[in-house]
Amino acid sequence: MIKELLVILVASSLVNNVVLSQFLGLCPFLGVSKKTETATGMGVAVIFVITLASAVAGVIYQFILVPFDIAYLQTIVFILVIAALVQFVEMFLKKFIPGLYQSLGVYLPLITTNCAVLGVALTNVQKSYGILTGVVNGFATAVGFTISIVILAGIREKLTYNDIPESFQGMPIVLVTAGLMAIAFCGFSGLL
Amino acid sequence: MNSAKERLVNGIVKENPTFVLMLGMCPTLAVTTSAINGLGMGLTTMVVLALSNVFISLLRNIIPDKVRIPAFIVIIASFVTMVELLLQGFIPFLYDALGIYIPLIVVNCIILGRAEAYAYKNPVIPSLFDGIGMGLGFSVALTCIGAVRELLGAGEIFGVHIMPESYVPVSIFIMAPGAFFVLATLTAIQNKVKIAGERKGKDMSKIQSGCNSDCMNCSDSGCAHRLYDEKAGEGDKK
Repeated sequence: MIKELLVILVASSLVNNVVLSQFLGLCPFLGVSKKTETATGMGVAVIFVITLASAVAGVIYQFILVPFDIAYLQTIVFILVIAALVQFVEMFLKKFIPGLYQSLGVYLPLITTNCAVLGVALTNVQKSYGILTGVVNGFATAVGFTISIVILAGIREKLTYNDIPESFQGMPIVLVTAGLMAIAFCGFSGLL
Repeated sequence: MNSAKERLVNGIVKENPTFVLMLGMCPTLAVTTSAINGLGMGLTTMVVLALSNVFISLLRNIIPDKVRIPAFIVIIASFVTMVELLLQGFIPFLYDALGIYIPLIVVNCIILGRAEAYAYKNPVIPSLFDGIGMGLGFSVALTCIGAVRELLGAGEIFGVHIMPESYVPVSIFIMAPGAFFVLATLTAIQNKVKIAGERKGKDMSKIQSGCNSDCMNCSDSGCAHRLYDEKAGEGDKK
């Protein structure tokens, strides 16, 4: 059991990196990676939300959708649950843990329509993971997201001092960087 | 029928969702490993887009303004589920190839974007053609990107061998990194066109160079905030 979870941990965070090999969550990956600090903040918020969302989605799937034989409604249910959950988490943090809200709050609304969150919930169902396995998978995926967004932010900070051809300034050079990172992450595929 | 034609041309050329507006980048990168996959994804999205546009346009006087985004999402998610089940039943090879990216059409910003920008404010027929036009534009773009990647990465287009025997396929182009490189080149060309146009004094503001207010950063601006605001409003009322 422990071994299986460890394999999922490594596979989802490094080998099948959510951004660099599955292209989920590209929006924040490209949009919020200008500075390392904001990238880290975004990463932590994503870890928080995805772990929580995969737990809630797993529970809803196992105890509501499957018993009532309405598993085909998963897409509709998951997207609404995730949107409501993010909203709820934000209100909860604002009211009860203002310190955490200060550091994470600004990133939370950005995650609502993040396809990585829905993607993880659906992957868990598709691979028929249990609730615990699903949560571990969600956590690992989010860690993988954080690793890649922080690395990209570090590279982008260095890039600002470079002389980039006019037409490659802005998004194109960031995409080239992401492509090179994706090649590097391909190297992890020998791990498993 | 002039408006219908105008909508089609608008979607395919003037406001092409991929090449001009840079919307819906996640599926664009993920499924364009071959031309046929790109075409399949494009057409699937087109069906969802056309249906949801029609439905939202029909309901535009009934849906209250405050809860319109959640309502759109439910409508879109329902159509996505229907299309997914149909694909699973009738075109299983496409269903297997596209996998998780079919349900993820729900979060494709093109669809929510068109619902918000067009279908919610316009009558049914133009909305239908707006959906078809945008969907065709998306399909054309995905097929082109898929064809380029398949040609470079496997030497084929639509599974037909094109390159000479001596050509050694650059297989990185059908792997994940290739997607980033192709998109980088695409945005660079777009930048070039935009800069050249601006030098001549043309208005190029329509071309989004992938920095703001597009789907890649849709979380930064646009729909995410709107979704959030509406949801907040709804929550407060309760």
